[in-house]
Amino acid sequence: MRYLPHTESEIQQMLAIIGQAHLEDLFSTIPAHCRRKKKPNLPSPLSEWELDDHMNRLAAQMPQPAETKTFIGAGSYHHHIPAIIFHLLSRSEFVTSYTPYQPEISQGTLQAIYEYQTYVTRLLGMDVANASMYDGASSLAEALLMAMRITRRKKVAISSAVNPLYRKVVDTYLAPTGCDIIEMPYTSTGCTDSACLRQTTELAAVAVQSPNFFGCIEDLSAISTTAHQDEKTLMVTCFSEPLAYGIYKNPGSQGVDIACGEGQSLGIPQSFGGPGLGMFATRSAYVRNMPGRLVGKTTDLDGRRGFVLTLATREQHIRRERATSNICSNQGLCATAAAMYMATLGGTGFKKLAKLNYDKTEYLKRELRRIGCALPFQATTFNEFVVAYPNGFDRKYETLIEKNIVPGLPLDPFFPDLAGHYLLCVTETSAKADLDRLVKEVQS
Amino acid sequence: MTDRYGTTGLKFYEPLLWEKGASGRYGYSMPQQDVDEVPVAADLAGPGPDFPDLGELDVVRHYTRLSQWNFCIDSGMYPLGSCTMKYNPKTNDRQAQLPGFRNAHPLLPDKLAQGALKIMYELERYLAEITGLPALSLQPAAGAHGELTGMLICYAYHLDSGQPRSKIIIPDTAHGTNPSSATLCGFTPVTIRSNAAGILSAKDVAAIMDEDTAGIMITNPNTLGFFESDIKDITEIVHRKGGLVYADGANMNAVMGIVDMAEIGMDILHLNLHKTFSTPHGGGGPGSGPICVTQKLAPYLPVPRVIKQGNTFVLSEDFPQSVGKIHAFYGNFGVQLRAYSYVRSMGETHLKKASQLAVLNANYIKEMLKKHFHLPYDRPCMHECVFTDKYQAPHGVTTLDIAKRLMEYGFHPPTIYFPLVVKGAIMVEPTETESKDEIDRFIVAMKAIAKEAEESPALLKNAPNITKVKRLDETGAARKPCLSG
Repeated sequence: MRYLPHTESEIQQMLAIIGQAHLEDLFSTIPAHCRRKKKPNLPSPLSEWELDDHMNRLAAQMPQPAETKTFIGAGSYHHHIPAIIFHLLSRSEFVTSYTPYQPEISQGTLQAIYEYQTYVTRLLGMDVANASMYDGASSLAEALLMAMRITRRKKVAISSAVNPLYRKVVDTYLAPTGCDIIEMPYTSTGCTDSACLRQTTELAAVAVQSPNFFGCIEDLSAISTTAHQDEKTLMVTCFSEPLAYGIYKNPGSQGVDIACGEGQSLGIPQSFGGPGLGMFATRSAYVRNMPGRLVGKTTDLDGRRGFVLTLATREQHIRRERATSNICSNQGLCATAAAMYMATLGGTGFKKLAKLNYDKTEYLKRELRRIGCALPFQATTFNEFVVAYPNGFDRKYETLIEKNIVPGLPLDPFFPDLAGHYLLCVTETSAKADLDRLVKEVQS
Repeated sequence: MTDRYGTTGLKFYEPLLWEKGASGRYGYSMPQQDVDEVPVAADLAGPGPDFPDLGELDVVRHYTRLSQWNFCIDSGMYPLGSCTMKYNPKTNDRQAQLPGFRNAHPLLPDKLAQGALKIMYELERYLAEITGLPALSLQPAAGAHGELTGMLICYAYHLDSGQPRSKIIIPDTAHGTNPSSATLCGFTPVTIRSNAAGILSAKDVAAIMDEDTAGIMITNPNTLGFFESDIKDITEIVHRKGGLVYADGANMNAVMGIVDMAEIGMDILHLNLHKTFSTPHGGGGPGSGPICVTQKLAPYLPVPRVIKQGNTFVLSEDFPQSVGKIHAFYGNFGVQLRAYSYVRSMGETHLKKASQLAVLNANYIKEMLKKHFHLPYDRPCMHECVFTDKYQAPHGVTTLDIAKRLMEYGFHPPTIYFPLVVKGAIMVEPTETESKDEIDRFIVAMKAIAKEAEESPALLKNAPNITKVKRLDETGAARKPCLSG
């Protein structure tokens, strides 16, 4: 086996030094009654070429990007990824390095993460960002745990227009804490109705998503103001499509205390839902309550600029049960991909790309309205919107899939009151011709 | 210095991204504006982010230079204890980049996602065979995430039995994530000390295990590199009082094909696919931490679960006792796919051989270095061994100095100052993918450093000198944090 370099004679030489005769003898400290009786039942090993064939066949059972148009977003977005990102990110020095605990030989990772943190603060308008978390859903859960730590309260309000998959993760994380979770309804415009906050006291956090699950842009300033009527309550906002901040006001300018979410749309392949990138940013005042790794700037013995992991006293390997989070790894490589993507676009490109996404979505909305589809929510959107296709579309949905078009995500499993509605997503990867084809198929 | 591998090279200077570029330049191929421009509502519009504008080659050079400041497995050996820094096979990366996988949307209808679901289903079966625990979820995105999931299952199990419990037993050799994950689920950790042989004694467990204790978290082999030989008695004691046994599978690389975790009484175990199953660490992630459980605990696993209906794989949410979801989708599929490729490449024979060679390498290093570095527990080890700086301390040399000097010999330092129970610990895990030649070079380097510590300790105190930067002011970084530019 090519990953196991030992020759038989080397094994014998090494065993002789150890004073054992057989490899099996190395396991003498495992009592006989603890040894397994039965071998694991696994398929025979494949050669490199057999593995290629096997995996090619499995990958061929998946939709092929050149043939299939998938108009689904809902937390995972298809964007063009420049070739340089795959190329640079595939460098062994990024891929096969460890967590940068030894800064002298990890400056590449450390500077890349420091730059990522900086880009995230600039994108979200926040003071500090961490070196990333697992995904958007767990970031939101960690944000709420952080708010509970800071306020020492056990009640949060969360919008029902937050991605329902994120809300499920929040429910799981918060279950053992005894935290009350109050759900804020959404209005007929598709945005959060925060009126219930006025009757609610002792909240640790108010959490909304913008753009929300329906693609609608929330009035974060107004909700922040309401939330902050209790000065202890933290305003938390999450997102799954950060490209939106290329054209819309960022969370930091709207009174948000913790901004978190999913960064997959920033140059990371969809990869059937993971790995993605949990983004997490907050105000300076809360930095010592943050979960996750942080990279900071410092100097070396010669006064040269360098970077280190810092504020580790918050973390599990130092504080153990008193840590701010149990998180140990981050999504370092994905954070680097996101930084590369943002660097490639630059500020000018980022804004232009966001606008192009917006324009294409507006075009599809207009065309669908023109053929008589109802768009129930009137709020301004980014990339995604809810549509009620004509009656009897359920059957056509299957037909379209056979024609290699996935015309949105059916909403009834998540929102029974939106049965018959679909969540559609448009990005720069759809040419006008693709959108026209969708409209024509829906109409036919 | 000339005969030391991986120690010299050109070091380029490279500024921060925002110290480069020119407004209006860009490195991205913007798709055509083939639809009308529509104005953005003025009350919602923002200025957009303040990013520097860079050209494509600016970005390429930037990251190429940055990458060259990193040590990595592909450039040298990482004897990092408890981290299992084995070689990351390139073919696994190739499979993960196949367009059908790379571009798959996670919410595709099941019938369009059969290839991905089959991989997840089969990987679950393989990991069940390897661990002996029959049911699992691939959803946790990292080892600590798996621990959290395992503790949530433990919490839910006791809640369902009508008797929520408040404590959990954790050995003093445990990873810091153990007490931290348990605390997130409301458990109070009770520390238990390992005995003179570096393992747990069944009688010590019996003395503190009671009906208010949810269970015990055990890393086996433990972080001193020893198999917990009392494990069967310990698991029986815990089970008799109604508790569950959680196994931290970080050190699974020592016992593949050798120990069946269910047979020794483990109820819940997490694996680290980025350790035992060869997936890359990526400078800190993404990882993957599948959670494996007994049949009794299977109903509590996260949803959705992949099930097989006839010849079709489907994602099912129909597990009412489930702890819920812990990731928006199904965990880090791209990482799972690499681990799947690894298991398919290795098969049962080579996985077992990998564990044997990992243990061989560690014992060989232990024997070759124990005269030069203090070995606090001189007994056969599993996949890792722990030395200390006791022999070097009289010369004013610490574990940290030894670690930094090792960089100048072209090696990543071992894990240092962990486990906490060993003062000045130097924890070495070579893994099976390092050849005898490379292990011998490491031994030569370590012996040379031990000699330098006696004869010219300043060489160690001042190391490293040949790296991109010298030792950094970490205290200053924490006192006045500068976290963005």
